[in-house]
Amino acid sequence: MNPFVYTRPTDTGAAIKSLSRGNQAFFLAGGTNLVDMMKMGIVVPEKIVDINRLPLKNIEPLSGGLRLGALATNTEVADHPEVLKGYPLLSLAINAGASPQLRNMATVGGNLLQRTRCPYFFDLTMPCNKRAPGSGCGALAGFNRMHALFGASDKCIAVNPSDMSVALAALDAVVRVKGAGGERAIKFEDFHRLPGDQPQLDNTLVTGELITSVDLPAAAFTRHVHYLKVRDRSSYAFALVSVAVALDMDKDNSIKDVRLAMGGVAHKPWRMRASEDFLKGRSATEDNFRQAAQIAMQGAKAYQYNQFKLKLAPNTILQALRTASAQA
Amino acid sequence: MSNNHDGIRDHDHPRDEGRRDFLKQSSLLSAIALTPGAVRRAAENKWDEKIADELGKVPVSLEVNGISYNLKIDPRVTLLDLLREQLHLTGSKKGCDRGQCGACTVHVDGARINSCLSLAVTSEGKKITTIEGLSKGEELHPMQESFIKHDGFQCGYCTSGQIMSAVALVKEGRTQSAEQISEFMSGNICRCGAYSNIVKAIQEVKNQQS
Repeated sequence: MNPFVYTRPTDTGAAIKSLSRGNQAFFLAGGTNLVDMMKMGIVVPEKIVDINRLPLKNIEPLSGGLRLGALATNTEVADHPEVLKGYPLLSLAINAGASPQLRNMATVGGNLLQRTRCPYFFDLTMPCNKRAPGSGCGALAGFNRMHALFGASDKCIAVNPSDMSVALAALDAVVRVKGAGGERAIKFEDFHRLPGDQPQLDNTLVTGELITSVDLPAAAFTRHVHYLKVRDRSSYAFALVSVAVALDMDKDNSIKDVRLAMGGVAHKPWRMRASEDFLKGRSATEDNFRQAAQIAMQGAKAYQYNQFKLKLAPNTILQALRTASAQA
Repeated sequence: MSNNHDGIRDHDHPRDEGRRDFLKQSSLLSAIALTPGAVRRAAENKWDEKIADELGKVPVSLEVNGISYNLKIDPRVTLLDLLREQLHLTGSKKGCDRGQCGACTVHVDGARINSCLSLAVTSEGKKITTIEGLSKGEELHPMQESFIKHDGFQCGYCTSGQIMSAVALVKEGRTQSAEQISEFMSGNICRCGAYSNIVKAIQEVKNQQS
């Protein structure tokens, strides 16, 4: 690992200033992704701004919602009574990711910023437009079993690895950030971006901006929720496909409101708006679920080794809808 | 490799001095290739470590197994390397060194973490417990006893991480079923496949406590 300057500011303004002043400067929170990439030489920071002393750890009620401090750990969020009561989908998604040790370290803000697990991104001997813009995409004609079905470009077909973000996309969370130019709020769907011609950019943050919290709107999906993650082993692996479902159902089995998002299939958490629109006002029946799953697959494009996902994804959507609607 | 040429570790010299000298020299050579002037002179006079001491190291106070340490450490050092290389607590193992195997699991302020992905400087003011801190003198922790009784290991390399994880797991209350134990122990990989005996060992400790 190359030497770097280490700073440990205690207030947010100083942290932002410290980051904007440094070339190749990085915020360090839980370190589960950044330290790994530093060891691999994928990122070579000249400066590390350790933000663990900033007062951003609280999980607190917000008028008609809940604020998750950017430095709250994955475990603290998943186990929080207000999350379990009002946002059980988020708890399920977090616990489907990583291991207990990693969840004790990883933070809300860091989870949003984790880089892809594409093997070409992690292999310095391979081309990767995300790691080294202009070098090409090794996955496009390579071993692309884990890769995207939606929204990819000929520059990058990598997927976002986060489970937590799939639930946050479904729940219409808002990301609050602070930078030299002040504060702003970013709708969760606008936070991550598609690769296009600039796959090196995972999100819409500008240099020096710090995530301060993720805000959840009023709890609306407390019962009929499910997070189904399909992976190569039963635990502790990244998703081949994952599906977050939140249903608000009437007693007569009709769907008042629904949220659907997929993980492991795009450069960002993939919200399935057309399927949601189809299901709204319809009954929670097997036939409607099947149609919703088919609608979600419109525009899907597979590569040599991930053809299986074209079948796996709709089946996962269907199964997740069944399970969510059947929750007692 | 002038020292330890017989391959036996001398307890008065727990570090492998020969290997360290070699590493020092090779890092000096690369430093010379990259840097002119003052730094080269420093390198020739073997001042490099002193300069690094003054410029790069960060003061860190932490507690490990009940003992307080005031240290100055290179910010690149992981908690695992600090424990093993500087405090000579080699019970925590380096498996993958990438947060994938769990062999390096320790408790920081009571929570289990992968010490290989934690920069030691971020442990400022924290209380760390390693496998060496579980037993009370000669008296093993109930989880250690139970791993022995149920044969919860074969080669033993992952065992300290498994035990640290298991102790935390019981405290977290994730022991309602064998399935739940397996799920919440999934961050500890056992190459020998002792999983079923590890689950039995954990269940026994849980039953003793309830």
